[in-house]
Amino acid sequence: MVMATEVTKQKSSIWEAIYSQPNEFESVAWAKRLREAAFDRFKELGFPTVKDEEWKYTNVAPLTKLSFQTARDDGSSEVTSAEVNRLGCVEAKNSQLVFVNGALRKDLSSLADVPAGVIAMGLVEAIEEPGYQELIREYLGRGVGYNTNGFVALNTAMLAGGAFVLIPRNVEIHKPLSLLFLSAGNVASFPRVLVIAEANCKATLIESYANAGAGVSFTNAVVEVVLQEGSRLEHYKVQRESVESFHIASTSATLGTNASYDSTAINFGAQLSRHDVAVQMGQEGAECWVDGLYVVSSGQHTDTHSVIDHQQPHCTSHQLYKGILDGKSRAVFNGKISVRHGAQKTDAMQTNKNLLLSKEARVDTKPQLEILADDVKCAHGAAVGQIDEDQLFYLQTRGTHGELARNLLTYGFAEEVIGKIKIDSIRSQLDEAVLHRLNARLEA
Amino acid sequence: MLEIRNLHATVDGNQILKGINLTIKKGEIHAIMGPNGSGKSTLAKVLAGHPAYEVTAGEVLYEGKNLLEMSTDERAREGVFMAFQYPIEVPGVSNAQFLRLAYNEKRKHLGEEELDPLEFKDLLKERAKVVEMDASFMTRSVNEGFSGGEKKRNEILQMAVLEPKLAILDETDSGLDIDALRVVAGGVNQLHNSENAVVLVTHYQRLLNYIVPHYVHVLANGRIAREGGKELALELEEKGYDWITSAAA
Repeated sequence: MVMATEVTKQKSSIWEAIYSQPNEFESVAWAKRLREAAFDRFKELGFPTVKDEEWKYTNVAPLTKLSFQTARDDGSSEVTSAEVNRLGCVEAKNSQLVFVNGALRKDLSSLADVPAGVIAMGLVEAIEEPGYQELIREYLGRGVGYNTNGFVALNTAMLAGGAFVLIPRNVEIHKPLSLLFLSAGNVASFPRVLVIAEANCKATLIESYANAGAGVSFTNAVVEVVLQEGSRLEHYKVQRESVESFHIASTSATLGTNASYDSTAINFGAQLSRHDVAVQMGQEGAECWVDGLYVVSSGQHTDTHSVIDHQQPHCTSHQLYKGILDGKSRAVFNGKISVRHGAQKTDAMQTNKNLLLSKEARVDTKPQLEILADDVKCAHGAAVGQIDEDQLFYLQTRGTHGELARNLLTYGFAEEVIGKIKIDSIRSQLDEAVLHRLNARLEA
Repeated sequence: MLEIRNLHATVDGNQILKGINLTIKKGEIHAIMGPNGSGKSTLAKVLAGHPAYEVTAGEVLYEGKNLLEMSTDERAREGVFMAFQYPIEVPGVSNAQFLRLAYNEKRKHLGEEELDPLEFKDLLKERAKVVEMDASFMTRSVNEGFSGGEKKRNEILQMAVLEPKLAILDETDSGLDIDALRVVAGGVNQLHNSENAVVLVTHYQRLLNYIVPHYVHVLANGRIAREGGKELALELEEKGYDWITSAAA
């Protein structure tokens, strides 16, 4: 931790400047105090270094050498609705909040398809709203604490942009709810999202990150999801920022009794991306799917750290992460399944599989089980492989040329994750990313 | 159509083919028989262009062109097809996707227009009848979880879609029960015509009851040790391979 501080000190002036700007929370004392405490903590922690076990393979030093403009300016960035249509999710055209450089852009957002009673609004507004203030105060920072992770501390200190989503009990939302975070220019932004799904509701949430126009951006996001008894959430995180950008995100989901959380994290952008995902199986009967796909090529580094914490009995978790690495790229997968004392009848399954398309690509994968209960069913595994020569030959004997055959096999590898995605526009984006050299369309 | 002259090939440094000479004309069905290790499957794989097999001498002319200079996929687009003894599973790629891509690759090669998914679906449905294959197989991943018999039928379905000029069937009868054998053989018979040729690589005579060859070639120790008509296969069935191999040794 001492080491980390040194790195940050060189550049903390940038963050100091952003932090010191006038902010909205002068009137909300607890929010102001939260920011102050988090910023103090950030100054102590700094950004992690490779000496930190959790950041052993991911060096964020390049990030600390860059300068970013404040993302907290205004809504003046030249992002058009055409760009929003291109980068957003067509299924959620009228159930989408759009953020540019962290700030909510109501002019680009539409909630026409969101049923009455469902709250989707800017987090700042929500904090200022007396009706939601106490609820937010109760949950904000509970899933993702700022004490150990400098990025989370910085995000909390910069608390300004982001969304608050509240799905009332027994409500089912048919259209997916989309949160689209766009970066324009050399900016740092700090999206913060709190989602509360009340008992027995059902919804789909799409959280996506992209760049509008050129620029080296830094996104530092924290998303906290609270699922109350019997609620069901399907959660997609789609990160496709420019390959110059930095994306650091933490997601937490806390599951109530019999709640179901089905998440799929798609990573194919950014020069450096890191996703910490933590699921707390805090009540009996909860079930989660924590799946993902990362697709990187030369110059890209992606790191996923996941913790699935079985705190109570009779919970089930499934995890499948697949990675495709081309060129001189690197991926890290660190997945921990923790089964606490007394969490009997836990059923946990974790798999990480990687496909290396080049000799220069490198992956470090570390699935871990930590089991303190004695009546559980747990399995995990990791694999790193190349294109199978027999499969390649087989496809070629049917007339598909080498590159097409390779792309097809790469697609086949990813299909296990792509196939479970229920949002067509996300699936077709992925088809394009995985098969970008493949001319033929594949809907057969 | 195919002219093999003095073909020598090695795999992992072992000389397997030691001078094969064989001429195949369109409209013909040839059976290549022989005991295990005689080089039958090697010959099939060399013709298909398997990268593990190295041709050390000889030449192969296919429709007057040097087959050995063509890449595996080029050979396929030119009309050479090999049905695998052990068809490969390709998870995540549906049968229909794969077949359409392969079919369109060939169309492009021939300067013809590609078929869109709907047009192809109709064609596939039609061709699937050749091997009595259910539509449910089309959306499943290529060969994944297929039984042995289903895999072999799927090979013949691919043949039906790609309409090769030269089809080499490597041990297509192995692992088939009698009903599946009848379906597979029936498919091959439907697809064979006066413009194409079929090469059956097989250990047993059984398949030849259903697909009747014009010529039978018996391989032993990397060479063709004996040739004849379909009655040669019956003779082998009766006497075994020993009398040929010992004569060839």
